[in-house]
Amino acid sequence: MKKKQALWAALFILGLALVALGILNGGARDVLAKAIRICSECIGLG
Amino acid sequence: MTRRLIQLYSALLYNAHLKGFAEGQIYTGPLKSLCVPGLNCYSCPGAVAACPLGALQNAVAASADRPAFYVVGLLLLFSLLLGRVICGFLCPFGLLQELLHKIPTKKLQKSPLTRKLSRLKYAVLLIFVLAIPAWYAFRRLPLPGFCKFICPAGTLEGAVLLLLHPANGALRAMAGGLFWWKCAMMLLILTASVFVFRCFCRFVCPLGALYGLMAKLALLGVKLDEGRCIGCGTCLRRCPMDIRRVGDSECVHCGSCIEVCPVQAISFRAGRIVLRGPETPEKEAQS
Repeated sequence: MKKKQALWAALFILGLALVALGILNGGARDVLAKAIRICSECIGLG
Repeated sequence: MTRRLIQLYSALLYNAHLKGFAEGQIYTGPLKSLCVPGLNCYSCPGAVAACPLGALQNAVAASADRPAFYVVGLLLLFSLLLGRVICGFLCPFGLLQELLHKIPTKKLQKSPLTRKLSRLKYAVLLIFVLAIPAWYAFRRLPLPGFCKFICPAGTLEGAVLLLLHPANGALRAMAGGLFWWKCAMMLLILTASVFVFRCFCRFVCPLGALYGLMAKLALLGVKLDEGRCIGCGTCLRRCPMDIRRVGDSECVHCGSCIEVCPVQAISFRAGRIVLRGPETPEKEAQS
């Protein structure tokens, strides 16, 4: 059980770190840039 | 009942830009840099945040320039905190399928075949969400394979709701073979949902496949007390999904097994906190 909790905590910290790194490297900006335009693939236009 | 309300509220919350439905335009505010946990197309006129699956495909497609840290990190956090509780409580497309399944017709019950078919979604995840966008990333050509060829949520929420609006005649004029292919996929999936419980979630949805990978670690969800379980199988028979055991990668944590367990071995928990079902043996002993 403790092993599982330690793994969970390690992955959670990794997740937070990835999100922080993603914000710094422009990943969040990319998501915004894509999401504020109509996605032609999603609606079957291209 | 509580679950249905949470499903409805989350669908409303994901699509709270009601003005968009009236104007036929999508929301373009800063909230769209965030992803909602469930499948909800960002081209839906009401969507206030991004679709995690669409964002993942685009991040993979852009990975030649920039590692996909942000979306992978968000998906990892969603998986660890909520897991497939997202499918059962926080996915508008899951809600739609459940409502369609309430139409009184003869239903296809789960079987060894549906159990085998439930592995198909992992192939969809690998091929359409990861491999196709990655392959085209090296050619500098973003291609979100799942959004483009399969996603029924995109067709329903994005295409239908946007293109039906009178203000979007120019978009309607662009509809070609791909559009009709996607409409056919959507109709097939929605029709199948009437007869097969959550057929898209069980056999196709790559987001559910992704969250299912972390099923054992997810903080929130239905948990089985191994010490109490007598192995009668009542929970497995009651469950409409293709589970092998309570809380596994196929479980969407709807909680329908909680009431039927004859020895109260199943509860809905957030870590050690029991949210629904019997208390832990330790607590009962203390009381």
